[in-house]
Amino acid sequence: MTQLNSKIPQGPLAEKWSHYKAHQNLVNPPNKPKLDIIVVGTGLAGASAAASLGALGFKVKIFCIQDSPRRAHSIAAQGGINAAKNYPNDGDSVYRLFYDTIKGGDYRAREANVHRLAEVSNSIIDQCVAQGVPFARDYSGLLDNRSFGGAQVSRTFYARGQTGQQLLLGAYGALSHQIKLGNVKLYTRQEMMDVVLVEGKARGIITRNLVSGELEKHFGHAVVVATGGYGNVYFLSTNAMNSNTSAIWQIYKRGAFFANPCYVQIHPTCIPVHGDYQSKLTLMSESLRNDGRIWVPKNKEDAEKIRKKQMNAIELKEEDRDYFLERRYPAFGNLVPRDVASRAAKERCDAGFGVGTTGLAVYLDFKDSIKRLGKDVIEERYGNLFQMYEKIVDENPYNNPMMIYPAVHYTMGGTWVDYELQSTIPGLFVAGEANFSDHGANRLGASALMQGLSDGYFVLPYTIQNYLSKDIKVPRMSTDAPEFVETEKAVKDRLDKLMGIKGNKSVDYFHKKLGHIMWENVGMGRTAERLQKAIDLIKELKKEFWSDLRIPGDNNGVNTELEKATRVADFIELGELMAIDALQREESCGGHFREEHQTPEGEAKRNDDDFKFVGAWEYKGENETPVLHKEPLVYESIEVKQRDYK
Amino acid sequence: MDLTLKIWRQENPKAKGKFETYKVTGISTECSFLEMLDILNETLIDKVQLPINFDHDCREGICGMCSLYINGRPHGPDDEVTTCQLHMRKFKDGDTIVIEPWRSKAFPVIKDLMINRNAFDEIIQAGGYVSVTTGGIPDANSIPINRADAELAMDAAACIGCGACVAACKNASAMLFVAAKVSQFALLPQGKMEAQARVEAMVAKMDELGFGNCTNTYACEAECPKQISADNIARMNREFFCAKVS
Ligand SMILES: Cc1cc2nc3c(=O)[nH]c(=O)nc-3n(C[C@H](O)[C@H](O)[C@H](O)COP(=O)(O)OP(=O)(O)OC[C@H]3O[C@@H](n4cnc5c(N)ncnc54)[C@H](O)[C@@H]3O)c2cc1C
Ligand code: FES
Repeated sequence: MTQLNSKIPQGPLAEKWSHYKAHQNLVNPPNKPKLDIIVVGTGLAGASAAASLGALGFKVKIFCIQDSPRRAHSIAAQGGINAAKNYPNDGDSVYRLFYDTIKGGDYRAREANVHRLAEVSNSIIDQCVAQGVPFARDYSGLLDNRSFGGAQVSRTFYARGQTGQQLLLGAYGALSHQIKLGNVKLYTRQEMMDVVLVEGKARGIITRNLVSGELEKHFGHAVVVATGGYGNVYFLSTNAMNSNTSAIWQIYKRGAFFANPCYVQIHPTCIPVHGDYQSKLTLMSESLRNDGRIWVPKNKEDAEKIRKKQMNAIELKEEDRDYFLERRYPAFGNLVPRDVASRAAKERCDAGFGVGTTGLAVYLDFKDSIKRLGKDVIEERYGNLFQMYEKIVDENPYNNPMMIYPAVHYTMGGTWVDYELQSTIPGLFVAGEANFSDHGANRLGASALMQGLSDGYFVLPYTIQNYLSKDIKVPRMSTDAPEFVETEKAVKDRLDKLMGIKGNKSVDYFHKKLGHIMWENVGMGRTAERLQKAIDLIKELKKEFWSDLRIPGDNNGVNTELEKATRVADFIELGELMAIDALQREESCGGHFREEHQTPEGEAKRNDDDFKFVGAWEYKGENETPVLHKEPLVYESIEVKQRDYK
Repeated sequence: MDLTLKIWRQENPKAKGKFETYKVTGISTECSFLEMLDILNETLIDKVQLPINFDHDCREGICGMCSLYINGRPHGPDDEVTTCQLHMRKFKDGDTIVIEPWRSKAFPVIKDLMINRNAFDEIIQAGGYVSVTTGGIPDANSIPINRADAELAMDAAACIGCGACVAACKNASAMLFVAAKVSQFALLPQGKMEAQARVEAMVAKMDELGFGNCTNTYACEAECPKQISADNIARMNREFFCAKVS
């Protein structure tokens, strides 16, 4: 049995990273250009990694599925990025950011990783400002901050409601600079289909050129996978339509363990579902909870009238409104972490207090803030979000409260990686949302951007050298080597098999069906019974998929149905693993809520005695049961407590 | 709603494309434009026909991937939105809608409504960045920036690189795209160091890639889903002039 070695450095928590850097092996400058690194993904994690590694002198190849690196899903992040700068002088520190992140993750993340994240957070802001990222500033010309959920300080840096866009464009600029210098070579509209292993080490990838349909073989001394999260397993999510799990699923099948697949973040503030033709859900940034108050009617009769459109929200008197987050969590109020806010909204709607025509919505109201600060201030802070809302819903949120409901947003689970961000396959590193590393069972707002850029700018450029220092004598390999040829053939066979099904149902039919199974049974509230049901239903769906899928056209050029089919095939298998993992985890923690395990007040009840571990799954073959490996979580600097936001 | 769609179909970059007519029925006004095309595609797949290829990803107006020319306007009849944010409530039952790809020499069609916009990446690679590398950077607050300039820089930086400006321009000029990036950095102290080289390199690349000249019609500004102002073009011209005379 493979032993999980997290490679956490020795020494006191706050000194681990410095100690690691001081003692790791490096590659000297003349050797760097002799080493090739493949980076898959051009989001914050991939672009920042490739730009930094290129600048160090390595030869980098970077891949993405969109037509430009700038279109990676990171572009859509709205609210902001955390850092422990303590510019507002409100008591922040590296320790507090570390502490909040561990607590927010419900004590299911690795201490050493999270502390490193908090340590480098400040350098990220410096780096981005130097690149010309136009963060919001106050009238003195200094950087401004806002608050996000799960924190009592203001540590979130932002660029209007387009923080992800601006950070990604900063990283894309750095990447473009390295492309111009010839250190990085860019491949767009190319999808990684598999990883090539030579003597057990990752030495390359097979890609499909999405324009010509041809398969290509690429060599690298090391491979970095930064392909984002797998929220689209639910079909409807806030993720971009092309976000997928395929790269991390294929490496799982080649031996990289998959950690905590059941940890999914359901974001409380999204625009509610409106029809079965709907293709995606739109997030309304968490930053809105700084100034918006969440409520539902206090009386069921009022809720009923509102649902039937016999009454308008603004007509409801103050005393008839239930600001349920402020009521249940007075200390954090509307700024409780996402998992807590989502469950509270679901609880109210399930109890019959929901609004909107479907009853699956709650209000997010700016009335009081507009009164207090003026419409101009609210417009300046959230103008683009309000506009986005109005375009979709056709209602003006300055006059009527917004309607929101929880939606799938982020996946904390992902490829298991050690402290160096290396998976259980040597030479295969995984960064950004694709790995499982820093957020435990629940991610705090504005921490994903921080983690992606931390991994890419400040962690991988060090840790990958520790690995590559042993490889300086390894010459570039020919991609005619048997390992490349065999892996390419396996990919080709899989594509041919999909094209050969010639059934009657479209890819979307299967994706929607999977999404439905997942949302109903592996969603916000889970039970052993429903999880078992999900496993059975997914098994059936998989059979149906492989016997009744229809992909029109052929494999000799653009075929978007084939692209979707390869991704949905992987989502189906992942969905099953998520249910298996959720079934195994007999506790509630963070985003994973097992209805059997809750406190009398309905809060998540952890079981630290039996489940204080990372669950890392090993693939054992088609139709074989995967094997669970446990990485125990040891807390030396933090007292593990029941999370309390009251 | 029931609609008639006239859609550009083109098998590959070399093929001669043509319009095909399709009918869709029972479309909800709440539906987005791309969801309407999804519905059409599902019916085509049902009939074992090839679905219509179009680019899209975020479906919330930020990635810049979607790109349709709808009834003679980039991103369609609504203002300040991308195609993916366009809703069917902007159309009437019985309408005929004409859907084409962006048309510009620098953006060749790949298939149907999908186009190749690598030219924009190449322009950025020519100099659309501050040449800092990772690490060794002083504290972020050591460079205070006048708030008004920071806001203007953010206005310019909001460009999503969709190419609607090029599609809207009768000369297929990329001036607004280039000017937005040049302006963002011209307004910030971080960008000053390389200002001259940047504007020269980006403009030279734009010319080399076959984009047309700017004749100040401002169609780009009018059609920009992110309201990037043509003032940026004036700012870029000043930068360019300064670079040339110095
Ligand atoms: C609407 C929204 C708002 C958000 N807001 C915030 C926020 O305010 N603050 C915050 O901290 N976080 C936020 N997040 C989360 C955050 O944006 C993401 O977690 C983060 O950007 C992920 O970055 P990444 O680099 O890991 O991956 P991504 O940005 O998803 O990039 C993935 C890359 O991989 C490529 N790729 C994928 N599959 C393949 C393949 N098989 N082959 C080749 N390439 C492939 C893609 O082309 C892309 O380049 C938000 C998320 C959403 C959905
Ligand atoms: S799909 Fe992203 S902007 Fe339209």
